[in-house]
Amino acid sequence: MKVPPRSHPLWLAFLLHRLSGLALALFLPVHLWLLSQAVTSPATLDGFLAFAEHPLVKFAEFGLVFLLAVHMAGGVRLLALEFLPWSNRHKTFAAAAVGTALFLSATFFLRAI
Amino acid sequence: MLDLRLYMAQRLSALVMVPLVLGHIAVMIYAIQGGLTTAEILGRTQGSLLWFLFYGSFVIAVSVHAAIGLRVIAHEWGGLRGRVLNWLMWGIGACLFYVGILAVLAVTLP
Amino acid sequence: MTATPSRLTVTVQRGTEGAIRHETFDVPAYENQTVLDVVTWIQQMADPTLSYRFACRVGMCGSCAMMVNGVPRWTCRTHVNKVAADGQLEIAPLRNLPVIKDLAADMDPFFDKWVAAEARHHPSAGRADEFDPVTSQEPARAEADLGIECINCGICYAACDTVAGNPDYLGPAALQRAWTLLNDSRDADRDGILAAVSGKGGCHNCHSMGSCAQYCPNDLNPLRAIAGLKRETVKAAWRRKRDA
Repeated sequence: MKVPPRSHPLWLAFLLHRLSGLALALFLPVHLWLLSQAVTSPATLDGFLAFAEHPLVKFAEFGLVFLLAVHMAGGVRLLALEFLPWSNRHKTFAAAAVGTALFLSATFFLRAI
Repeated sequence: MLDLRLYMAQRLSALVMVPLVLGHIAVMIYAIQGGLTTAEILGRTQGSLLWFLFYGSFVIAVSVHAAIGLRVIAHEWGGLRGRVLNWLMWGIGACLFYVGILAVLAVTLP
Repeated sequence: MTATPSRLTVTVQRGTEGAIRHETFDVPAYENQTVLDVVTWIQQMADPTLSYRFACRVGMCGSCAMMVNGVPRWTCRTHVNKVAADGQLEIAPLRNLPVIKDLAADMDPFFDKWVAAEARHHPSAGRADEFDPVTSQEPARAEADLGIECINCGICYAACDTVAGNPDYLGPAALQRAWTLLNDSRDADRDGILAAVSGKGGCHNCHSMGSCAQYCPNDLNPLRAIAGLKRETVKAAWRRKRDA
């Protein structure tokens, strides 16, 4: 497979950050609307929560937690890049961000199933 | 498409959200075991000033942050510019804030 | 390592803005061959109407910069066997710039943005004044020195996806040059530079994807320079707010 010419580590980190942000922004209104049902229609929320017990949904939730954690961790790396003195270790930081996110989301997933 | 002010708003809202996101993930990891029910969620958050402040500030920060972030994507990948871009940004921010506040009130009002 | 193929299949972008086409040439392969050698062979042996730029052909001037298999490179310093082991080459003019003809891109927007970033020296002393004994050990001078070897070849500009998506964005080269002047103790218009890089197309649009630093043939780091500009503009704005 021919490697796309732009796929160096920091570019992949950028893409992951942008796509995770986009996905979270699209997911958020759904999430917030559902929670607002807690008062107006608790049965709707409970119905959804019961449906969400399905392993595939749990896997999707794992994905969402990963996206949130990786977007945050990547964002912290960017804040460090922009406001702290320059470091040459940003490829390492980017890898650490993905690792941290995997750790947090896997912990969630293992407790969820 | 970001000038200094939008850039600062984006970074500040991000900074505010770091502890909020960590807290939110921690709550999720704690709460998810054994399944989730409306009663369990409300039992934790209902009538709580602390959770109101926590999720309230989260909603404000995320409305700012997501609106600006989507603005950048709409410009760089969608080609939108000028007034349309501005309306999109304010519109997204307002909608997220509205739905967010409804959700926060739904789970924290006594 | 695969054996050198005896022929290369080279697809070249031809034409002008609005009338772009691609032509394929069958080019003999040699042991030590650069992409510039390939382009030159095509013009001399196959199609004399091919337009392209080069000057020094030894990696000093940056004139021969083109997109090679989607990556911006100095073609005189790009060995064919490093980028086309399978014998397939795609050559196009530098990305993010208008095309004049074939492989010659219009560098005007690139230089216009250099000026728009106030990335030029603003004199602070006259002939009668003492000159500033700047040493390379001073931290600000050391920081500036990291970026002064830019020869404005346009590779970082072509590599940057933010430039591709945002026509107003000044770009890595212009911003890096502005940073070198910001750190120059002899420059008289620090505020002017900070203002110029804080506008709609300013440094705050950079998403730190680092393609500029990744592909710069001189190993410069515009990513680092732009991060510095972000820090300085925020500091200056904070000081203005505090002193207002």
